[in-house]
Amino acid sequence: MLLIACPYCGPREEIEFRYGGEGVPIPIEADDRTWARFLYYRNSPAGLFTERWVHTHGCRQWFWVVRDTLTHEISATGKLDEAPP
Amino acid sequence: MEPAFQNPAFLWRNPSPKPAYDVVIVGGGLHGLATAYYLAKNHGIENVAVLERGWLGNGNAVRNTTIIRSNYLRGESMPLYEHSLKLWETLAAELDYDVLFDQRGDLQLAHTRAEANEMRRTVYANRLAGIDAEWLEPEEVKSFCPIVNISTRVRYPVVGASLQRRGGIARHDLVMFALARAASARGVDLLQGCEVTGFRIENNRVQGVETSQGAISAGKVALAGAGRSPLLARMAGFDLPIQSTPLQALVSEGLDQVLNCVVMSGLLHVYVSQARNGGLVMGAARDNYVSYAQRGSFHILEWQFQAALELYPIMSRAHMLRTWAGIVDVSPDASPIIGRTPVENLFVNCGWGTGGFKATPVSGFVYAHTLAHGEPHELNAAFSLERFETGALIDEHGAAAVAH
Repeated sequence: MLLIACPYCGPREEIEFRYGGEGVPIPIEADDRTWARFLYYRNSPAGLFTERWVHTHGCRQWFWVVRDTLTHEISATGKLDEAPP
Repeated sequence: MEPAFQNPAFLWRNPSPKPAYDVVIVGGGLHGLATAYYLAKNHGIENVAVLERGWLGNGNAVRNTTIIRSNYLRGESMPLYEHSLKLWETLAAELDYDVLFDQRGDLQLAHTRAEANEMRRTVYANRLAGIDAEWLEPEEVKSFCPIVNISTRVRYPVVGASLQRRGGIARHDLVMFALARAASARGVDLLQGCEVTGFRIENNRVQGVETSQGAISAGKVALAGAGRSPLLARMAGFDLPIQSTPLQALVSEGLDQVLNCVVMSGLLHVYVSQARNGGLVMGAARDNYVSYAQRGSFHILEWQFQAALELYPIMSRAHMLRTWAGIVDVSPDASPIIGRTPVENLFVNCGWGTGGFKATPVSGFVYAHTLAHGEPHELNAAFSLERFETGALIDEHGAAAVAH
């Protein structure tokens, strides 16, 4: 069980959250290729990863988490209007 | 140089890498081994190497729950998985090596009316496609598999089930031994402890791979990296619509035989069968986060226990012996990607996600065909990488159940 520090509520257990993966902006105009990349392609790196989680059973806010996908260690979390390190 | 891994020498050779091969397969899991075997057997391409960064049988080859079935929904999927099941039915004889393939039946429980409707739709689709499938009412479920609790006074009552009698299980380590032995005997070099660190690509055409054991030239390079596919693709300069996440499983201590079939519950995310040694082999839901750690969070297993104890009260005193996780390569439509990539002569076979074990023979069969001809076999033509741009997805999230 991961312990995730929600930037609004503080540290809570993983079961309160849902995973969002890489945050990708919606393209305003897109050909099929760009649209496919927006719909289906998400980064899946080995190592440090800035990803999104939502505090479903808490404040229901989306925020970012920097997590190491090799160790699951979380090194930072923050609100979406704050820049990740 | 002494090869890094010697054991067991009596099943396959442990050669040093040659400077060049016709085909280099990246990944020594079951699909990579099956691909090498069918390349040699069906297409006469024997100058082949299988590169495995660890050792044979350290990854998903032995981390799955060994379920075999072909009761998928879509017109593209049914012939693919059914061909796999047919290959399973003759695999041990063909390889002259027993894999304990046991067609004890695959039972998929429905807990809601919506689920029952969806499952009956799959049963009818299967029968139209010539795949054996039956719908069972709760009393028939109880009679086929006596340990299932069909009480209506539970949170998730069993309202029926689909049954594929030809489904079942096999022993995954024996499958690995059988394929490795057969491939090696036909001249395929199985290179363990040989990690790909880069691709040599000139004018968008792959020329070979850089590895921890030196450079190897290749006419064609075939990715078969399962959970590590996104990393391999990025190394080669393109992306895959794949997310790699943990999938956990566990086994109980050895018990008397109480379970005569595979039972799955898609809604409750638990699927269980009993191995010959008496261990109850159970799989769970995926952990949803990206990971390469080969472990997951404990609450996933806890949910799985809760579901198992309600469905099978007889398991309440069983002790868990081991838990583990494999890293599964999940595609957006829960169907595999088998075919060409943006790089010439570089091919990909990935996205089998939580259900690759059952597809081992057909995956090798169609991938070998694709490599030999440079064009897909009719069975895998629809499973291209391009489908995510054309929109011709093969959505198997529903019929795939949990351990698809």
